[in-house]
Amino acid sequence: MNAPPEDQPASARPGFWRRFSQNLEAGRRAYVADLKEVFGRPAIDPTFWDDLEATLLAADTGVAVATRAVERLRQEAAGAHLRTPADALAHLKGILGAEMAPRPRSLNLDGRPAVVLVVGVNGSGKTTTIGKLAFWLRRQGRRPLLAAADTYRAAAIDQLRALAQRAQVEVVAHQPGADPGAVAFDAVQAALARGADVVLVDTAGRLHTRADLMEELRKVRRVLQRLDPNAPQEVLAVLDAHVGQNSARQVKVFAEAIGLTGLAVAKLDGTARAGVVLGIEEELGVPTKLVGIGEGLEDLDAFDPSEYLDALLRMEAT
Amino acid sequence: MFDSLSERLDAVFRKLTGRGKLSEADVETGLREVRLALLEADVNYKVARDFIARIRERAVGAEVMESLTPGQQLVKIVHDELVVLLGTERAPLTYAPAPPTVVVLAGLQGSGKTTTAAKLALHVRREGHRPLLVSTDVRRPAAMEQIEVLARSLSLPSFAPRGTLPVEIARRSPEEARRVNADVILLDTAGRLQVETELLQELRSIVDAVPARHLILVLDAMTGQQAVAVTTAFQETVPLTGAVLSKTDGDARGGAALSLRAVTQIPIQFVGTGEKLTDLEVFYPDRIASRILGMGDVMSLIEKAQEHVDVEQAQDMEKRLRQGRLTLTDFMDQLRQIKKMGPLEGLIGMLPGAGRIKDLAGAMPSDGQLRQMEAIILSMTPLERERPELIDGSRRRRIARGAGTDLASVNRLLKGFNQMQQMMKQMGKGRGKGTRGLPIDPAQLLR
Ligand SMILES: Nc1nc2c(ncn2[C@@H]2O[C@H](COP(=O)(O)OP(=O)(O)OP(=O)(O)O)[C@@H](O)[C@H]2O)c(=O)[nH]1
Ligand SMILES: Nc1nc2c(ncn2[C@@H]2O[C@H](COP(=O)(O)OP(=O)(O)OP(=O)(O)O)[C@@H](O)[C@H]2O)c(=O)[nH]1
Ligand SMILES: [Mg+2]
Ligand SMILES: [Mg+2]
Repeated sequence: MNAPPEDQPASARPGFWRRFSQNLEAGRRAYVADLKEVFGRPAIDPTFWDDLEATLLAADTGVAVATRAVERLRQEAAGAHLRTPADALAHLKGILGAEMAPRPRSLNLDGRPAVVLVVGVNGSGKTTTIGKLAFWLRRQGRRPLLAAADTYRAAAIDQLRALAQRAQVEVVAHQPGADPGAVAFDAVQAALARGADVVLVDTAGRLHTRADLMEELRKVRRVLQRLDPNAPQEVLAVLDAHVGQNSARQVKVFAEAIGLTGLAVAKLDGTARAGVVLGIEEELGVPTKLVGIGEGLEDLDAFDPSEYLDALLRMEAT
Repeated sequence: MFDSLSERLDAVFRKLTGRGKLSEADVETGLREVRLALLEADVNYKVARDFIARIRERAVGAEVMESLTPGQQLVKIVHDELVVLLGTERAPLTYAPAPPTVVVLAGLQGSGKTTTAAKLALHVRREGHRPLLVSTDVRRPAAMEQIEVLARSLSLPSFAPRGTLPVEIARRSPEEARRVNADVILLDTAGRLQVETELLQELRSIVDAVPARHLILVLDAMTGQQAVAVTTAFQETVPLTGAVLSKTDGDARGGAALSLRAVTQIPIQFVGTGEKLTDLEVFYPDRIASRILGMGDVMSLIEKAQEHVDVEQAQDMEKRLRQGRLTLTDFMDQLRQIKKMGPLEGLIGMLPGAGRIKDLAGAMPSDGQLRQMEAIILSMTPLERERPELIDGSRRRRIARGAGTDLASVNRLLKGFNQMQQMMKQMGKGRGKGTRGLPIDPAQLLR
């Protein structure tokens, strides 16, 4: 985080870099130990396949993806001359990487203003991601404006305001309980008037099983389209990396209800690996575009498939 | 929650119980499918592996293979093990003999701690106590405003001093409780990841600064394989006493619940069932195990019914339901009460074979049909209502005449009732073939 928030003493919060490098260090130590165990083996033995499956399952890929990956690798093992576990992992990374590579992952921000609608289930990280995205865009020379269209959750507007202040961007907000569509509408109007070129719309968390709340999102979308038929240019669903197979259902329902252009996976700074996005990309075709790797404003990154696969295929002794 | 896990297991069991005899290969196939169902429900893969191993050990023994109904035996073993996994006792929120009772909430970012603190405050107040909501979250933007807004909406006091260290806030909270005459402190903490060692240490210091009676982990019901790692990391740092599973109102399959309990032994005390502050329910592990296996949460149903039904009558009914001693009079009462209890969907979910919810919603008798059934039953003598097997051909004709209907309607009602009783008897004995249907299936009686 750039500057510590004013409502807390600086000493209360360990420095981001220190914390981050500690996590990395801890992670690397475990990583090296695991690598030794698995890659130390001279050849692929039957337990390797089980270990690989377990690794994939532990990373939340789900049964279908894990089984398919192991099956395919076994079939190709002879033809591709895979002798050691290291060969096999490299091969698998190659396969998965090739599948992921062609998907478009950059944000489409062509619009005056471009509108990014951010949706997701409760507590996944939407508001924080918006704060980070605003900060990131501003550093790229854009002029973002935030729309506080979560008018439902207690102090959601205050939270967005606090993040906006840190990122030094403006917010358009109404009263708690106001119509989210009206907030989004006003925000786009304000952006036009004030020369902001990206509007980031925060929405209330909602479980995908709530048909009424999905309808509310469709309404927000319709309102935005009244102002610009191409808006919203991006509809991003924020997933919590700790959530398992439920993420796939979330994405499916949100995609059907309002259409998704991409995912942001938050909280990847822990040990959660969000393997579920593999299946989501393959079956639902929604690409992951951003990752959240901490609570600070600069803790946002573009999704990099090869880095992601490295983390995913970290073999753990079971 | 748990519905689709229950559906999956149901399908597996249906295949198994349909057979007379089970080979070892049949058992293996069944177990493989159970494992898949568990993994798809996000049960931790190690927990699933151990669970299956335990069942296999018991299943290949004489207990199952030599039984007359091996499929049912296997289902019973799965049920037993599931109960072990979930624990059998419910763990209520107890109060300290000398106030204040301090309840600390901890967990990952966004899991639902702050909301749950407010929900618990409401719960505690309903039990006649005077809660104070305290926030030690100096990290998340507007976390303190959030708890203040929530407290205000409940007209409860809150303590969220700015510019103070979390440990210091915790330390001062009992004094604040005394000042505002509160006897229970619900202490919210900032979200933290299980790998953030320094933050876990901070949590430890917070807990050490107050006489915490309950240390509750708030876990998102949608959590995947990490549920175990998260819980153990917290448990290694602070002595967790219980857990609240939040966001169970979605379609999470409940794997987190199963994993958490299996590995840590800490009891799940409550489940969060929505965003509103009233959306908190006590967790009954044994009932949940039955619900997962599609055996129906008869107890919850009865409890729900208490608002409308005489308690003793309901308990009596439940007992007779289980023993298959349901009479036509009971059946009448039941239909009338179900109509009174409304909204059907929630209720039906608690019934055995909830998978058939859609059938039933459409099959609820109309008022006209209900009147006809009532007329038929009322045309019977009290003895006939107690012992329908006495009703022979000539009695049937008399009843039809008395009810102003035809013989076929009377026959349909009796046949359906008879089938229903058979099902109930089997259910009382254990989980038998045919228990998948609803015990009370008005559609059958009318068809
Ligand atoms: N460690 C970590 N924490 C994160 C990350 N992103 C968000 N969080 C935290 O997760 C919690 C929830 O984030 P929010 O942004 O409020 O989530 P939300 O989806 O807006 O929540 P609702 O609006 O209540 O549905 C906060 O404590 C954030 O600080 C991340 O990438 N890493
Ligand atoms: N649907 C549903 N939403 C819930 C439930 N419990 C909490 N939430 C929502 O989940 C989101 C996060 O809840 P919070 O109470 O802010 O979570 P927290 O753990 O305090 O978050 P941090 O303090 O940022 O770590 C909010 O949108 C809540 O309304 C629940 O049982 N069901
Ligand atoms: Mg939010
Ligand atoms: Mg909180």
